[in-house]
Amino acid sequence: MTPDSDSARAAPQAVEPVGSDAVPPAQAIRTLGLTRRFGALAAVDDASIEVHHGEIFGLIGPNGAGKSTMIKILTTLLPPTTGHAWVAGFDVVSQAPRVRRRIGYVPQLVSADGALTGYENLLLSAQLYNIPPKECARRIHEALTLIGLQDAANKQVSHYSGGMVRSLEIAQSTLHHPAVLFADEPTVGLDPIAHRAVWEHLHELQQRFQMTILVTTHSMEEADQHCARVAVMHRGQVVVVGSPASLKAQVGPAATLDDAFIHFTGATLEQGGDFRELLRTRHTARRLS
Amino acid sequence: MSSYVPAIPPDVFREPPAALAFLRHVFAVAGAEIRKLRHDPLELLSRAVQPTLWLVVFGQVMARLRGVPTGRLTYLAFMAPGILAQSVLFIAIFYGIATIWERDLGILHKLLVSPATRTALVLGKALSAGVRALSQAIIVYALAVLMRIDVNFHPANVVGVLVLVIMGSALFSMFSVVMACLVKTRERFMGIGQILTMPLFFASNAIYPISLMPDWLRLLSAINPLTYQVDALRALMVNGGTSALGLGTDFGVLLLGTALFVGLAAKLYPQMVT
Repeated sequence: MTPDSDSARAAPQAVEPVGSDAVPPAQAIRTLGLTRRFGALAAVDDASIEVHHGEIFGLIGPNGAGKSTMIKILTTLLPPTTGHAWVAGFDVVSQAPRVRRRIGYVPQLVSADGALTGYENLLLSAQLYNIPPKECARRIHEALTLIGLQDAANKQVSHYSGGMVRSLEIAQSTLHHPAVLFADEPTVGLDPIAHRAVWEHLHELQQRFQMTILVTTHSMEEADQHCARVAVMHRGQVVVVGSPASLKAQVGPAATLDDAFIHFTGATLEQGGDFRELLRTRHTARRLS
Repeated sequence: MSSYVPAIPPDVFREPPAALAFLRHVFAVAGAEIRKLRHDPLELLSRAVQPTLWLVVFGQVMARLRGVPTGRLTYLAFMAPGILAQSVLFIAIFYGIATIWERDLGILHKLLVSPATRTALVLGKALSAGVRALSQAIIVYALAVLMRIDVNFHPANVVGVLVLVIMGSALFSMFSVVMACLVKTRERFMGIGQILTMPLFFASNAIYPISLMPDWLRLLSAINPLTYQVDALRALMVNGGTSALGLGTDFGVLLLGTALFVGLAAKLYPQMVT
């Protein structure tokens, strides 16, 4: 698989004049030449991706690669400088309110309110997402069961563990069963048990509600294990898109996703070392650990 | 996974009428804020300190001077509504720090990706700031009774006072959010908050009448919303108090000011997360 950018560059002319309503929601997420500049810096640079319905899609790349900016654009928090993005069939700029009703977002930061209880956090989300009052209690119960927090529901979130907070945040952002869930580094800083729990929740949501899930991570292991496909970002650009297996296969027979990542981002250029040497040391390090 | 998988249509709940959804969002945000008070009632208690100092210490000393022309009112009766307005202002002017805090945490991101309009989110915050400020009314009423100030307890007057407290707090808390959205960091915000509180207080009729002011200060007090809040509070809160500017003008200015800053805050709110 190659990046979608080739077909994308040809497409804008056909797409732009028609207007966003005419674009069929064939893909859960679609971006065309998406660019966001901050002054001279292009945080996202001509990025084109397509995420299929119901898949877990990984956005991977080193810190500062543009993953978080990409998520901010897709969740309508930040307008792109140029280019287009559709989420759940709607344009993130011109149809932002409709996009917001169909997505969930677990920010990298801590979005649950520590001064409220778990239940109160969920209630706030339920009300903001227009869940009918009669339906609220059932939805909150369903969410608490999914994440196993029934017993802690009436405890103040400031007393929760990191894993519990993350689980609660996932529940908060999926009470309305969004078509697309964005999770920005959902497992960063969590212990292995919480780490596993978070992925169990995400898989459960994907299977039960056919939710499309876009996660960002800089853990290659995680991407390899959980994502159907990944897009590798580097300096704002999407350098390659494909299944972890296909990316590995492009690099070599025994390659890991780490190797593929280094290969596609051209990390040798930046770090000034020899590529083969880097590969060797990484392999060694892995064997030792 | 690359083949097309038709999605289960997501739950997009039938839109309640826009006005109804708007109100529900406003009360959802305000409700969550008010629930937080229940978890930390100590905060309310600590806010009784400042008005007590002003009334009991400053007020009693100044009352002996008898140099301030307060008409039919004693100086303490003249000052009590001013101190109520002031204690509401001093809390509201730092409200923006909560916005910066929520941005640093990620709570603001969560609110802004929800279907609630920015205006509903901001208005909910303003309303909660207003309700929080009611505690100041209770404190100042209690102090006034203890100090034998001739308080007007007519229900309509009390309701009027509470409405004024909510409006004043909403106005200045949204002014504060606007500043927070402009300066963006806690350090800069605290500096600006400190700079603004005293000028707003002194360029008003809170502890002395406008008639004592030099012309340049009169001009400042005329564009200071606090002046209108104090003027109306003085007419409603104490027996014998009158409005120098007219209650219609007072409420009108406060309403317009609140609308202006809620609108500005809603406009600037999304910039906090970019």
